[in-house]
Amino acid sequence: MNVLVFAENDNGKVAKASFEAATYGAKVAATSGGAASIITHGSLDQEGLNELASYGITNILHCSAVTEVDPSQLTKLTIAAAEQTGAELIVFSHDYTGKSIAPLVSAKMKAGMVAGAIDYPEVGADFTVKTNVFSGKAFAQVKIKTDKKIITLIPNAISKVKSEASANVSAFSPDLGAPSVTIKEFKAEGGEGINLTEAELVVSAGRGLKGPENWGMIEELAKELGAATACSRPVSDIGWRPHHEHVGQTGIAIRPNLYIAVGISGAIQHLAGVNGSKVIVVINTDKEAPFFKAADYGVVGDAFDVVPKMIEAVKAFKAGQA
Amino acid sequence: MNILVCISKAPDTTSKITFKDNNTAFNEDGVQFIVNPYDEWYALVRALELKETNGGKVTIISVGAADYEPIMRKALAIGADEAVRVDSPALDAYQVAAEIANFISNNSFDLVLTGKETINYNGSQVGGMVAAILDVPYTSNATKLDVNGSKATIERDKQGGTEVLELSLPAVISAAKGMAEQRIPNMRGIMAARSKPLTVVPASVSDSLTETISFSLPPAKGEVKLIDPENITELINLLHNEAKAI
Repeated sequence: MNVLVFAENDNGKVAKASFEAATYGAKVAATSGGAASIITHGSLDQEGLNELASYGITNILHCSAVTEVDPSQLTKLTIAAAEQTGAELIVFSHDYTGKSIAPLVSAKMKAGMVAGAIDYPEVGADFTVKTNVFSGKAFAQVKIKTDKKIITLIPNAISKVKSEASANVSAFSPDLGAPSVTIKEFKAEGGEGINLTEAELVVSAGRGLKGPENWGMIEELAKELGAATACSRPVSDIGWRPHHEHVGQTGIAIRPNLYIAVGISGAIQHLAGVNGSKVIVVINTDKEAPFFKAADYGVVGDAFDVVPKMIEAVKAFKAGQA
Repeated sequence: MNILVCISKAPDTTSKITFKDNNTAFNEDGVQFIVNPYDEWYALVRALELKETNGGKVTIISVGAADYEPIMRKALAIGADEAVRVDSPALDAYQVAAEIANFISNNSFDLVLTGKETINYNGSQVGGMVAAILDVPYTSNATKLDVNGSKATIERDKQGGTEVLELSLPAVISAAKGMAEQRIPNMRGIMAARSKPLTVVPASVSDSLTETISFSLPPAKGEVKLIDPENITELINLLHNEAKAI
């Protein structure tokens, strides 16, 4: 089947999750005897476009005119690209933009959609996809019944794989009509800016830290590791940390390679958002904390003692690697 | 202004998730059901605040069987004026969206709010699909919403920061944390909810596009490996050599 991948412009760069989506689309196309194409938009650096071209993709359609993320225009752009490339499957990343656009494309095309896929589809008599449900507490195998299909792929669910071939990049500018929303302002987050949903390493902390003034060591550990920072719900509810850092059942679900939880007890709602992580390290003073049951490695100890030691150990490790 | 809030039924956040019938159905035994938190805490409460400021009416809608009614009464107790239940099991996001869109096209609303996702299916699909079917503007994941006449101003989270945008009503907006604060229904609200209208309307034959074949649970974790706090270097070595995580 021919596959179209929506690659997102993340402030002038190709979003990291889009390389995974490209890998996913290329593999599905290759195993089913079709070609994979990419639709992308806005002003993008050449390096990003070149890299995007190296994941087994045949064609990249680039619409430079759409610079802002307007749901209606991006929907029209994706549908036009799907028609142009004869795509039977459209793949998005299950991130802010993908989650916003994919349902619109699905309803406009009456193409069945599976949101939050964590694996490649099984293609036989039926086309089924494994997806996250119950906020990470379970998985579902979902069949798409329509000829045209849509999948949103959870970041970090599959590894990106480069290929030898390189794609053609061509300009693409279908009629997209007027924007449906007016973007007034973009307030960039401060700090190091590692996107939490895409991060491979995450350092997270909870009430065990006793106050917002104690997050300096968490940020320092994250910086040494090249990790994003996250937090538990109580900590974001009382305003110690911003909402967008809250991971868990009612926050965001993440699946990094490494999740380090400091001073978080591990309530079932928190575990739901992080149990897709490949390796979990728990640091807690309470050896009975439920999080230890979900952890690969644990340290029973005081965060104020253990975290500074970790920072030193990571620095020493990096010095040894250099 | 007339506001419609889409309400979904979800298992309580503390529920242990198990399946039955050869892993083809969710096992509801002993599960407490709640209003999906994003629908209740943010979409419904913000709708009530907008009504309190601007006047108007807040209607809630659910697509589901009669067992949805207890959670719909809860939403009425929190302050919604009336409720509509489309009498059909919820088959998939598209079918639910098509039923809601059908109801909206026969009634008039200035604003339609949903939660950003349900905690049982996590699809983030219904709101966008309703907007696409009705061809009205849509914004997902809004953390702030203000209405001024026929314009709505929204803040939404996206990669790398917060976007401030404006759109014309009618529109569909999905609500995320930050838009409002949870309200606990009081006794007066609970009493009043009993006599508020809950209308049951027939489904309009919309078909589903997808079908869940089976469920599975994540594999259990092995025993945790405990590391002495006096030997953190060992932890870093394990993360590098054994777990290959750094």
